[in-house]
Amino acid sequence: MLAYTVRRLLVSIPVLIASTFVVFLVVVNAGDPVANFAVSRQPAPSKAAVAAFARHIHADQPVAERYWNWITGVLHGDFGPSVQPNLDIGHDLFTRFRVTVTLVAAAMIIALLLAVLFGVFSAIRQYSVADYVITFFGFLFLAMPVFWFAVLLKQAGIWYNQQTGSQFLGTIGEKSPYLEVDTTWNQFTDHVGHLVLPTITLALVSFASWTRYTRASMLEVLGSDYVRLARAKGLRRGRVMTRHALRTALIPLTTVVALDIGIILGGAVVTETIFQWHGMGEMLVQAVTTIDVYRTMAWLLLSAVIVIGLNLIADLLYAVLDPRIRYD
Amino acid sequence: MTDIQAPGSPGTEVPRSENEFTVKQRSQTQLILRRFLRHRAAMISLAVFLLILLWAFIGPHLWHYSYQKYTPDNSQAPSAKHPFGTNSSGYDSYAQVMRGTQTSLKIAILTALGSTLLGAVWGAIAGFYRGIVDAVMMRITDLVLTLPLFAIALVISSRTGGDWYWIAIVIAGLTWAYVSRVVRSTVLSLREKEFVEAARALGASDVRIIFRHLLPNSLGPIIVNATVLVATGILTETALSFLGFGVQPPDTSLGLLVSQAQTAVTTRPWLFYIPGAFIIAIALTINFIGDGLRDAFDPRQQRVRQ
Repeated sequence: MLAYTVRRLLVSIPVLIASTFVVFLVVVNAGDPVANFAVSRQPAPSKAAVAAFARHIHADQPVAERYWNWITGVLHGDFGPSVQPNLDIGHDLFTRFRVTVTLVAAAMIIALLLAVLFGVFSAIRQYSVADYVITFFGFLFLAMPVFWFAVLLKQAGIWYNQQTGSQFLGTIGEKSPYLEVDTTWNQFTDHVGHLVLPTITLALVSFASWTRYTRASMLEVLGSDYVRLARAKGLRRGRVMTRHALRTALIPLTTVVALDIGIILGGAVVTETIFQWHGMGEMLVQAVTTIDVYRTMAWLLLSAVIVIGLNLIADLLYAVLDPRIRYD
Repeated sequence: MTDIQAPGSPGTEVPRSENEFTVKQRSQTQLILRRFLRHRAAMISLAVFLLILLWAFIGPHLWHYSYQKYTPDNSQAPSAKHPFGTNSSGYDSYAQVMRGTQTSLKIAILTALGSTLLGAVWGAIAGFYRGIVDAVMMRITDLVLTLPLFAIALVISSRTGGDWYWIAIVIAGLTWAYVSRVVRSTVLSLREKEFVEAARALGASDVRIIFRHLLPNSLGPIIVNATVLVATGILTETALSFLGFGVQPPDTSLGLLVSQAQTAVTTRPWLFYIPGAFIIAIALTINFIGDGLRDAFDPRQQRVRQ
């Protein structure tokens, strides 16, 4: 198991390098920050200033060299220069990551728990009223655009706050300002209050697709011979469901969850924009609008690491869940 | 029905024995079509989707307001004159939603077509030749699969601007890898079948085998994937447009309309709910159609015995 983990980690490195190199080519060619600098500043900067700016953001170097300098710099904790003066990209990235990780983790856990619960129920009671209702909402949430639902929830939150006169549900930002003087408990509830609506938004789409997946996977297992055998030899239904069926049905779900992290991160960009969080979403949007190559790359690098890391965890979980799979 | 007449005698019905025991021969296509036609949710969805499609593409020619022309009425609630109301600048929302639906559908459909075409051909070639060709092509596919769709689309769209076909090309360029994986695995098993061997024995070229034998026989997964891609396309495009990186004014899309209406949810709700409802309606019907097609092509998932 340990040997397998190490081997997988080593294999991930060339994948990461190839992937980031392609992304680097895309990002470098997706905009011209130097031209942007030359036309957007007032008064217009001198030729020398433009040249100095190009040198500062390494725009005067060939792409391959830039990539090499960037990737070796990252290993030493230097994420490269931003087009904005006095912005430390590494510091910016990790501050924002702390904000976003709470949202993404909360949304994933809630979506996963509810998806397994509803998916299994739906499969056990196939073609019942409850199954149809769950299926209908599953399809509805799958078709619902994240941004539309987020705006709707935000309005609902504002309306709720007005009706009850409470300030619990936060609709702007990840926390209230001037919190430092407050008690720890108040800070905690404030954080939770701000987390509720964005988490529901982000959890919804994954919840829908994972419920559908759990249902299908569970149905397939329930139709299999060994489940029928387990029932036939007299095991109680509940035991067959949990020990025989559910355990097998959940194995493919781990891969789906790990693969969906990319979609969730995309959804987080939209959710954070609407709820005005100062997280990674805002960072990406700002970086793309200001044509900030290294800031965009920092975002994409971290997301690539998360995706690869989660896929590794999913593969290792496979071995835990499925005794047929052994990694040596 | 007691007297059974001899077969062949004039004016007789089909003999009873034949009526009960002969099975009408149906081709594979007929079977799939029958199963699809009997899928009620899919058929209703198909009808609704086609209606929306017709409305979005023919409607603008018949409607007396243009999506980019001011009317003297500002911020009006839906009425007979303006079925979907007007916005604060006086644009007729009916015309705008029609145009937005058209743009979003164009992008979604082009995305699905481009992605499917590239992915299917790519996957078929890799699966057919195997070996080094397969290895190289699939490593490229894996590489594309690691690129986060939304973030990369955001980066590229900021450069290419708001032309609708660019948005479609960008999304297709990032989603074809899924299709190619599916098609490759199908082709890997198909290429060992007898009919491929027969075609080769008859002297068919590689190109002919791939395009006339392998791809048509992988049509099931390809079509199912294509419908899913229409939904992916429309949801990605509207999200991009919502953030300001997709379709740009004066043109409009459903995502852009929702974005422009997000501050007016309580004051002019029709501007927010109607384009949102259209996105949901399109994605929902597409998903149901995809589901019906999947059941039609692969009827193995039957009711479970309790």
